[in-house]
Amino acid sequence: MSVVQAMDLGLTFPAGDGDVVALKDVNLTIGKGEFVSFIGPSGCGKTTFLRAIADLEKPTSGTLSVNGQTPEEARRARAYGYVFQAAALYPWRTIEKNVALPLEIMGYGQAQQHERVRATLELVNLTGFEKKYPWQLSGGMQQRASIARALSFDADLLLMDEPFGALDEIVRDHLNSELLKLWDRTGKTICFVTHSIPEAVYLSTRIVVMSPRPGRVTDVIESTLPRERPLDIRETPEFLEIAARVRDGLRAGHSYEEEHV
Amino acid sequence: MRRDLSFFQLYLGLVAGGLALLGLLMSLPTFGNAPLLALFFALGGASLMRLLAPFSLWLDGLLAVLGAMGLLLALPVGQAMPLHHWLALIAAWAFAWLFVERLSAAIRAGSLPETGTGLVIPVTFGLALLVIWEVVTRGANVPPVLLPPPSAIGARLMAETNILWADFVQTFIKSVLPGYAIGCLAGLAVAILVDRSPFLKAGIMPIGNFMSALPIIGIAPIMVMWFGFDWQSKAAVVVAMTFFPMLVNTVAGLNAASAIERDLMRTYAANYWQTLMKLRLPAAGPFIFNALKINSTLALIGAIVAEFFGTPVVGMGFRISTGVGRLAIDLVWAEIAVAAVAGSAFYGVIALIERGVTFWHPSVRGGRA
Repeated sequence: MSVVQAMDLGLTFPAGDGDVVALKDVNLTIGKGEFVSFIGPSGCGKTTFLRAIADLEKPTSGTLSVNGQTPEEARRARAYGYVFQAAALYPWRTIEKNVALPLEIMGYGQAQQHERVRATLELVNLTGFEKKYPWQLSGGMQQRASIARALSFDADLLLMDEPFGALDEIVRDHLNSELLKLWDRTGKTICFVTHSIPEAVYLSTRIVVMSPRPGRVTDVIESTLPRERPLDIRETPEFLEIAARVRDGLRAGHSYEEEHV
Repeated sequence: MRRDLSFFQLYLGLVAGGLALLGLLMSLPTFGNAPLLALFFALGGASLMRLLAPFSLWLDGLLAVLGAMGLLLALPVGQAMPLHHWLALIAAWAFAWLFVERLSAAIRAGSLPETGTGLVIPVTFGLALLVIWEVVTRGANVPPVLLPPPSAIGARLMAETNILWADFVQTFIKSVLPGYAIGCLAGLAVAILVDRSPFLKAGIMPIGNFMSALPIIGIAPIMVMWFGFDWQSKAAVVVAMTFFPMLVNTVAGLNAASAIERDLMRTYAANYWQTLMKLRLPAAGPFIFNALKINSTLALIGAIVAEFFGTPVVGMGFRISTGVGRLAIDLVWAEIAVAAVAGSAFYGVIALIERGVTFWHPSVRGGRA
């Protein structure tokens, strides 16, 4: 069964000086256990699509289903964990309390909360930082804590909106390889928005290339890379070939844009 | 030229030492009348040695204290102060200024720790103000009706503790505290209601605005008619004064949580109350405490002024209004002193609680956002 299915999906933001078409005719099916990256220049609707899956935006046309339900039903069923561009940890809560936040809201018992917080913090290598406050941690650690928070209630779908965009490259590489391991271990379905080509190619089983005005899918690239990916896979010809395809796809989207300028 | 002193500090030191030397010369005809003052003049003059050798800033502080004590002991009774006493006052003041100036420079430069020594500066400032007040009022024979010296106010404070305590209980414990609690809680509750309903927002915010614009001397007599002469009417005035700042601040604070923080709650399918209690109220904390601090001083002012418009024969406002009429000005000042201390302490307690509750806010932990 597909986890996410979009058919002729469109989303238009009304604006004073003419409507903004954020998404137009998007058709996409994401299967269970896939790691799908969305890449494209800003304004291509990749974040909007992710937010539509999360029921944070309402599509204006077409159909979108998550786990066979409407996005709203899926959200109410707590079908996904969402990682935002910023860590958005609540500064008045310690790291463990931040990770426990969704568990508190969803009504987990104290013992269960404690066990899950311990397990997910271990998963993102933050054991020992339970009692720290977010502002006492580095940006990379904060983002890891926010990933732990999204994982703590064990939803099968993980939506990640440029989670490492604000981090430096060394930290980003490190978190990328950790994310891959985590995906491998948990078997979750991951939708990952990025504007970095190497990041998209390195992480994904499938890369969705998007272009702006109106936001639409211009290419979907299946990755031929093996599941096991050490960091130096990025120097292999296979990797570079996929990266070149993605770059071509992005360029095609851009030339379309330039025709209209 | 010495390197460890700025030009301004050197200038202050020269003025202080020079005035002390001048004072020494002028006090020679009456030498022996005020030994402590003479000692201050002599040592103050000797401080001009700072041009040649290092002179500790603590010695400057000591000189200021010596000058103040010598002057206070030598104050003539019932007649104007001789000229060299005025010189002593200015010299001691200059030494105190120099002391504080050098102390804060040393703290800035990191050669002295801030904790502890940082407290010395405001204390020095306050004491200097009291000494100048005392010396000027007594030395220049200012009529006590215009401005009594602090010593007279202090004496009255000690002598009338019973009256002052009764007034404090009536005004602060009975009027301010209940009024403050009711006003702030009501403001908070209405803010939450207003936040939830656009209809209420459109209806109540203008009324709140209107209430805040009402002059307190207008509502006070009306409250006396509604709630009687005793503390209830004063508490009602305090409620009216504290309600609006809390309402406006809380409404603003409830919108302080960022879009991402709210989206996060939505992705958990959190209900309204969960979002309120776990995100929006904590995020509004700094705003709410702002209102609590503003209200802590507003409440006391409101209660005291309200007592001018009818009260039983007790209360800080009552004492002030009748004290002025009976020319018992030192009692009025004693009452003002009690009000100032109570108001500051109230504010201080709220500020302390704020530090504990909103410890996470960048303004409290001194970090970046």
